[in-house]
Amino acid sequence: MSASYFISQLVNGLRLGSVYAIVAVGYSIVYGILRLINFAHGDIMTIGVYVMLMLMTTIGMPLWAVVIVSVVVSVFAGVLIERLAYRPLRSANEEATLISSLAVSTLLQNLLQMIFSPQKRAFHLPEFFSVRHDIFGIQLSTMNIMTFVAVAVIVIALTFVVQKTKIGTAMRACSENLDAARLMGINPNKVIVFAFAVGSGLAALAGLMLAGEYKTIDPLMGFVPGLKAFCAAVVGGIGSLYGAVLGGLVIGVAEMLFAGLMPTSVTAYRDAFVFVVLILVLLVRPNGLLGQSEGGRS
Amino acid sequence: MLQIQNLIVRYGGITAVDDITMNIKEHETVALIGANGAGKTTTLHAVSGLLKAAGGSITFDGTDITKKPAEQIVEHGVIQVPEGRQVFAKLTIEENLRLGAYLQKDKAKIKENYDKAMALFPILKERRKQAAGTLSGGEQQMLAIGRALMGNPRLLLLDEPSMGLSPLMTQQVFDVLAELKAGGMTILLVEQNAYEALTISDRAYIMESGNITLEGRSSELIDDPRVKDAYLGGDL
Amino acid sequence: MESKRLRDCSLFRLAVFVVLPVLIVVAMCGRGNYYSAMVCTFAINVLLAASLNLVNGFSGMFSMGHAAFMAVGAYISAFLTLSPTQKASMLPGLPQWLTNIQIPLLPALLVAGIAAAFVAVLIGIPVLRFKGHYLSVATLGLIVIVRAVLDNSDSVTNGPRGITGLPNLATPTLIFAVLMVSLFIMYRLIRSSYGRGLIAMRDDDVAAQSLGINLTSKKISIFCISAFFAGVAGAMWGHNQTVISGQFFYFNMSFKVVQISIIGGMASLSGAAVGALFMTFVPELLAPLESGFNLFGMAIPSLYGISNIIMAVFLILVIIFRRQGLLGSSELLLESWFSGSTYTSLFKKSEYQELAAAIRGKFNRKQT
Repeated sequence: MSASYFISQLVNGLRLGSVYAIVAVGYSIVYGILRLINFAHGDIMTIGVYVMLMLMTTIGMPLWAVVIVSVVVSVFAGVLIERLAYRPLRSANEEATLISSLAVSTLLQNLLQMIFSPQKRAFHLPEFFSVRHDIFGIQLSTMNIMTFVAVAVIVIALTFVVQKTKIGTAMRACSENLDAARLMGINPNKVIVFAFAVGSGLAALAGLMLAGEYKTIDPLMGFVPGLKAFCAAVVGGIGSLYGAVLGGLVIGVAEMLFAGLMPTSVTAYRDAFVFVVLILVLLVRPNGLLGQSEGGRS
Repeated sequence: MLQIQNLIVRYGGITAVDDITMNIKEHETVALIGANGAGKTTTLHAVSGLLKAAGGSITFDGTDITKKPAEQIVEHGVIQVPEGRQVFAKLTIEENLRLGAYLQKDKAKIKENYDKAMALFPILKERRKQAAGTLSGGEQQMLAIGRALMGNPRLLLLDEPSMGLSPLMTQQVFDVLAELKAGGMTILLVEQNAYEALTISDRAYIMESGNITLEGRSSELIDDPRVKDAYLGGDL
Repeated sequence: MESKRLRDCSLFRLAVFVVLPVLIVVAMCGRGNYYSAMVCTFAINVLLAASLNLVNGFSGMFSMGHAAFMAVGAYISAFLTLSPTQKASMLPGLPQWLTNIQIPLLPALLVAGIAAAFVAVLIGIPVLRFKGHYLSVATLGLIVIVRAVLDNSDSVTNGPRGITGLPNLATPTLIFAVLMVSLFIMYRLIRSSYGRGLIAMRDDDVAAQSLGINLTSKKISIFCISAFFAGVAGAMWGHNQTVISGQFFYFNMSFKVVQISIIGGMASLSGAAVGALFMTFVPELLAPLESGFNLFGMAIPSLYGISNIIMAVFLILVIIFRRQGLLGSSELLLESWFSGSTYTSLFKKSEYQELAAAIRGKFNRKQT
């Protein structure tokens, strides 16, 4: 095995990890407030991708406009799901919302299959994205570079929002102590809608990166990456922004190195490997790599 | 100012507050005294809207707030300092205070309240960039009160402000309350520390297993043999 | 005198909860393969959901990995019931002694259950210390891991192609007999002191611990028992379908079991029967929608996946409006099935009088 092969696997891992990271951030901020694993989160990513495909192939919009519309549609979908399927369960136990999110996931997958047929479809981005660049001897496509830049921008922007803005402070307050936050006059529903909006918009962006890399899409494409992204959020320490990003990168790199460096007889276990990593990390650090204990929160 | 009429609150199947009636006039300090589990905190939560009343009504300044959610009740100026402080431990002291003014629009007024809170609790000013979790219990209580003051309270609800504090800190907390009272604040104080509560308040209600068993002027209650026996340790 | 409620009368229970279902099952099985297959699926679903309820409803953990245990049961029982020639050609990697063995289904079910329980111990020891959602996600991980093993152990499992030609040994009679025995065991289990300890752990684990209940051993043992029945159910499922492969025992299967359990009521074994009734037959009724049909002269195009969509919406509505599931924590059905008084009531005069009084009571209430 050559060093350049290792590096290219590493880059692939970081690229995949970036996608997980972006999705994981969405999981994490929602989980931080609601203690809800939103299984439908991965399917929102799929919705975003199909919206992009439709806009590109039928109307032929420019890509930047396509992305904006797709993000807006995904945000709308995420907020609508929260309103219809999760808000009525605000006072219910955690299992109830978990099941509701599973049902929403099933619903979205079948809806997408019904509208777009279960077949795989080609998803081509303009040539420009697959052009290779040589950076310090490492081959990177435009898409790779944009993915990395996007992750960096998203982390910086979210840090600003969470740390410096009023809604961000309210979000942190809500995830620490919902009742005390209400006593400040914070309306938790508004904060939750905001969290779903941010998460869903990010999911659409992640979908673009995933689809751009795999070049094909199907109605079920979001579920397993979504699940892995949740693993990433847990590995990093759920509820923590940097934890989600770190977890995403760890899971992505671990998965690609496993797939690239192990003998072919075991590489088919890569999905299983992600969960093994999850279980191992939780055994050693029950709150994830950067997670703090739940404290008084019951 | 605050009228609680025949309030009933249930937790699951248990009736925690069973048909109580109370009122608080403007500029008055009223104490609600009782043992653990008597229903004091439940009553406050019902006023604040964190718990739903199963019966009766709560009126503030002529407005029925019985069914309003917590965040709307804050808008009316009914502000609670919750039991056990409940400051946001991961947020800085400054952020905690700013959250107290979450609904305030008037920038100048926020600044004024902020300066007032800092003047009241100089310790907070020195450490305003620190996470609130690093403060001691007494300091956290000061922060929780300061945070409530940031919201321009018209009625301040305090839930066991002396809980878990050293006698010295307890004294400081009650000094602050006395200062607020002197400034004309309307206060509803829930306490197990009956002596301090009766000393500072104008009137008091005594609560036992969900009912109000006794009410009257604090200066009279403090000499009442029933109160002495049950809450002040007979020989005080 | 206040008369008994109708549903508390033993004779009523006998008629409605015992005789009527038996008649329906017998009638459906008599109507040909399609119906008897559906009845079998129903019975297996009951067993799956009831065994899941042991963990999710009675012990306060939330597992979503039932499909993994089904898979273990299905494959192990297939190894035992396939003929040596089938195994030699399809599964060359099996050890010689296993290839030569061929046993009847009933003992194979037992072994399948034990194998699933064994896997449950292996996975349970590390994973059951996780709390809440972490446990749920780890059990999902179990499904992925089992699927990966099944798909990639070609010589033993025939890979993603799966095993075909399983002997069709799981007849409706056998499935129902196994179901009834299993339900009886589970019912006695939750009504025993062990079961009460379990429920105490669910309601308040700290208090349960202070009463001397060993949480770890309770958690692992119930997880195992649950997996045992899931393994048995998986084995019967395989012998009923005659084809098994990794893809059948994936998320969809697990989620379906969870759905059945939630709809019926997690804290009730009887709820499993009610949930399975819904989840087995309603999608069948909705099936025509999938292939398109004619409504008042309007051609409705085929709507692929519509029955899943309707079921998902139904599930959300059940969770929102009836959080405890359709049956809550009532054991109405199993109480009727497994209590002797239901059957002896036929011969007691007083029971007939009670029934008459209850019917009159019902009638009078309606009039007022």
